[in-house]
This record gives sequence, C-alpha cells and structure tokens, in this order.
Amino acid sequence: MGFLSFIQENIQMIYLVILMIFVGIELISHVPSVLHTPLMSGANAIHGVVIIGAIIVMGQAEGTLSLIFGFIAVVLGTLNVVGGFVVTDRMLEMFKKKK
Amino acid sequence: MEQILTLIYLVASVTFMVGLKMLSKPDSARKGNLIAAAGMTLAIFATIFLYTDANGNHLGNLSFIFIALIVGTVVGWIMAKRVQMTAMPQMVSFFNGMGGACAALISIIEYNHMVHTSGGDMSGFMSSKGLIILAGLVIGSISFSGSIIAYGKLEGKINDFSLKGQQVANIGLLLAILVVSVLFQMGQISGSAWFFTILGLSLFYGILFVLPIGGADMPVVISLLNSFTGVAAACGGFLYNNYVMLIGGILVGSAGTILTVTMCNAMNRSLLNVLVGNFGGGATGGGGGTTTQGSVKEINKSDTAILMKYAKKVVIVPGYGLAVAQAQHTCHELETLLEEEGVEVKYAIHPVAGRMPGHMNVLLAESNVAYDKLVEMEDINPEFATTDVVLVVGANDVVNPAAKTDPTSPIYGMPILEVENAKNVIIMKRSMKAGYAGIDNELFYRPKSFMLFGDAKDTLVKLVTEVKAL
Repeated sequence: MGFLSFIQENIQMIYLVILMIFVGIELISHVPSVLHTPLMSGANAIHGVVIIGAIIVMGQAEGTLSLIFGFIAVVLGTLNVVGGFVVTDRMLEMFKKKK
Repeated sequence: MEQILTLIYLVASVTFMVGLKMLSKPDSARKGNLIAAAGMTLAIFATIFLYTDANGNHLGNLSFIFIALIVGTVVGWIMAKRVQMTAMPQMVSFFNGMGGACAALISIIEYNHMVHTSGGDMSGFMSSKGLIILAGLVIGSISFSGSIIAYGKLEGKINDFSLKGQQVANIGLLLAILVVSVLFQMGQISGSAWFFTILGLSLFYGILFVLPIGGADMPVVISLLNSFTGVAAACGGFLYNNYVMLIGGILVGSAGTILTVTMCNAMNRSLLNVLVGNFGGGATGGGGGTTTQGSVKEINKSDTAILMKYAKKVVIVPGYGLAVAQAQHTCHELETLLEEEGVEVKYAIHPVAGRMPGHMNVLLAESNVAYDKLVEMEDINPEFATTDVVLVVGANDVVNPAAKTDPTSPIYGMPILEVENAKNVIIMKRSMKAGYAGIDNELFYRPKSFMLFGDAKDTLVKLVTEVKAL
C-alpha cells in the first residue's frame, strides 16, 4: 500500500508536519484583525519556498521539455517570493507610527 | 558543503517562524517580513551553490536558473511596486496562484523524469514518491486556477457564475479527482493520459470551486487557497527530503487555515457557509420577508457640511464603496479639516470592511490617517451614543441593524457597527441598490438617517469645499 509505506518511509517528517501545524496555529492565533491582510500576504510569500524545489528540478533537468517547464517553474516561484515580500512590505510601510 | 546547506536550511526555517510571529504584532510586523525574506534569499542561493544529489553532483543549468530568477524578480518587483493599494487583494491572489503553478510544474517534471528513466515501467510510481507527486499536482493546480479566478473576480473581469446543482457537480468532480488519482497511483490504470487527466480535472475544479463564491467572500477564499499552496510546497519537502520546504509549506498551510477561520468568524459565518451557501442563493428570498416600509430622507452637501462642522464628534464608517472609489485621501482631507475646526473625528473599522479584513486600515494608513484614529468595532460601538454625526462612506451590510433584530435575515448574527445610536447618520451611497448581501437596509429608513447620493469620491471632494467655504 502506497499510503502505509509512505508513512513508514517518512515518519520523521510526518512528526515534523504535526508539530509545525501546531506551531502555525500558535504563531498567529492572537492576530489583531488590522494585520490580517499583511499576514496573509506575508504567509503567501513564505510558501514561495516551493521555488527551492523548482531550482533543484531545473538544476537536474535534461531534455528541452523539462528545461522549459523548469524555467517557467523558477520564474513563477520567484514571482511568488519577490512579489509576495515586496507587496507585504508596502502594506506594512504604511503602519509606521505617527508622531 | 552538504552540512553548510543543512545549517542554512535550519536558519531559514527559523526565520520563517520568527518572521510569522513578528508579522502578528503591529510594531514588529515589517521587520518580521524582512527577516523571513532574508531567510528565503539565503535558502535560495544556498540551494543553487551547495545542493548536491545522491551521487554528489552539483546542480547544472545555472545560467538558466539565474536568468529565470532575474526575470521573476524584475517582473514581481515591478508588479508589486506598481499595484494600487486598493488592488492589493487580487495581487496577493495572483502571486499565490504563481506559487501553486510552480508546485504543479515540479510534479509534472518529476513525473516526466520518472517516465523517461524507467523506460515506461511505472511500478516506481506506486511508491510514496508517486503519491507525493500526485498530491503536489492536484493541490498546486487547484490553487493555481482558483487563485487566477479569484484574481479575475476582484479585478472585475470575471462575474459571479453558478450552475444549477453546482455544489453537487463540485463534489462529484472532487470525488472523480480522488478516484482517478488513487487508481492511477495503485497502478490500476496507467499511461500519461491519465496523469494529464488528473491535471485537467484539478484545474477545472479550481475554477468551479471559486466561480460561484461572491466578491466579498473572496478574501476568505484567497486565504484558503494560500494555505493550499502551502501544503503543495510541503509536498516538495517530502519529494526532496527538504526540511525548509516542508516547514515553510506546513507553517503557511496551518497558519493560513486558522486565518481563514478567523476571517469567517469575523463575519459570524462558518467556512462551509462561505464556500457552499453563498449569499444570493436561497437566503435572499427568505430575507425579503421584512420589506421595509417608508421612505428615505435625502440631505444635500451643504447641510451635511454644516452638520459636521458644528458637531462635537464625527465618526466616519468607511466601507467597500470608499475602497472602490479610491476616496481614502479625500476622506483624510475632510478629517483634517474638521479637526482644525475642533471636531473630534474617528474612524470606525468593521473587521470585514473593505475588500479584506484589515484592508481599510491599510488604505487609510496609506493616506496618512493616524493609527490611533482607527477604532475597532468593539471599542467604537459604545461611543456612538455620544456621537453627533456618523458619516457612512460606501458601507452597507456592516451597519445593517437587521443583523441584530431580524432572525430571517441572511446576515443575522453578524456583529455590526451600531451607528443607529448616534444623533445623525448620514449615508453616502451611489444609489438605493442593496449591498453585497442583496438585502434592504432598514437603517436608511430610520428617522435619524439621511441619504447623500453620489460617488464617494466626488461627494467627499464637494464636502471638503463646502466645509472650507463655511
């Protein structure tokens, strides 16, 4: 069974997943509603970490098709990361304290 | 080398956690974002230069990788810098879709790679690797197509659309994806055509999933899709045994889900209700039971100006209409002018005002409204009794008393701004058209309510002139 062997082979990572679920909940459980939009945008940028997978795939790509797809994947992943962080920064820039 | 990479991934993972934590407090939020960005940059460059596969080979195609990084950076940077503050939500949705597409593409490439290296023998796919590839494909592509539809809706390019029995169709489609995926993974059906069928079905599901959901519920959907992309990224973590991808992905997956639920709570609705029971469905018919009688009173601009100038305390209730008309700067101008006349001015911010929770704060902060003038719902509600004039700018459902009094109303139970307690309520609106929920607003017919028709921005500009002229 794919599913059971999956658990068996990745048990360490599965423990990590469970812990991270709780960390994620804990980290943002007391956010004022003011910060919902920037927080969502910041989290959006963080899942851009998928770009690391795209870089690995691209770095090992052989054949034109894989290269093209890999190239697109890296571009889109970068868009997610760069766009995400810059947009979040622009939103938060406005929260600066008034004298 | 490998040890350094591991260490850097560890550091990056910590920056994500610290960054998210700091993002949840107003004082440290900006720094938190930058810390997470620094961790991300570190992880990206470490991967490029230090990553080695099982045989100790470094990554190739470096020039292509760098070109792709530069293209993505330039385009992403320009888009993020140029976007109007009012268009922020759709921008987030767009970037989220890009992340989803990236995850789906990784799965496609890995699948092709397996097909080529195994010479057509797909028994290798019946492993945990195959499972992960499929999960990344399905979740990534749903997130991609869903986010693009959400983007289009908020941009006003795509209208609400729902089929009869759409919910049944959606559930059927989701089941079809699951069944085909399981059969494919177990080797019961084989061939690349099935793999791409799963891709097509997932993309189609993403479209159908978001299409019927109304514009005002988009933030919830975007937040949900955001956590989907997180999970898709985490799939990459399993695929490459990469802890930073796993941690970053799952953190966003779980934080995003909680954020989604928090947003729903602010509207006093369940997530299921947002996703399935969209307004405008059966609810509207029932809500029509209390057709409000009577007529509304109009007020002109100069009377409004007089009323406000000689008031002691004015509370402005900004809403979706203000965001659409981009009237935040004019609104601030009016506020400053009144303050100079000695009027106390505050803003009442409903948790779901604007296009996204917190969106009003961002917009008003952009036009230099002081942070402490933005008062949240729980704190401002007791103050309405001592308020002389409430100016409602383009908000409707968030001030509808039916949410408190009429159990048949579709918005019954949603916490509202109790503006009806103020001495005068002036409602700026384009027309008598109902708000998003599609229901009449009894507030307009109250004896203390006055309607001021017109575009939010035009009207505010004229009000500023009138106040100056007095």
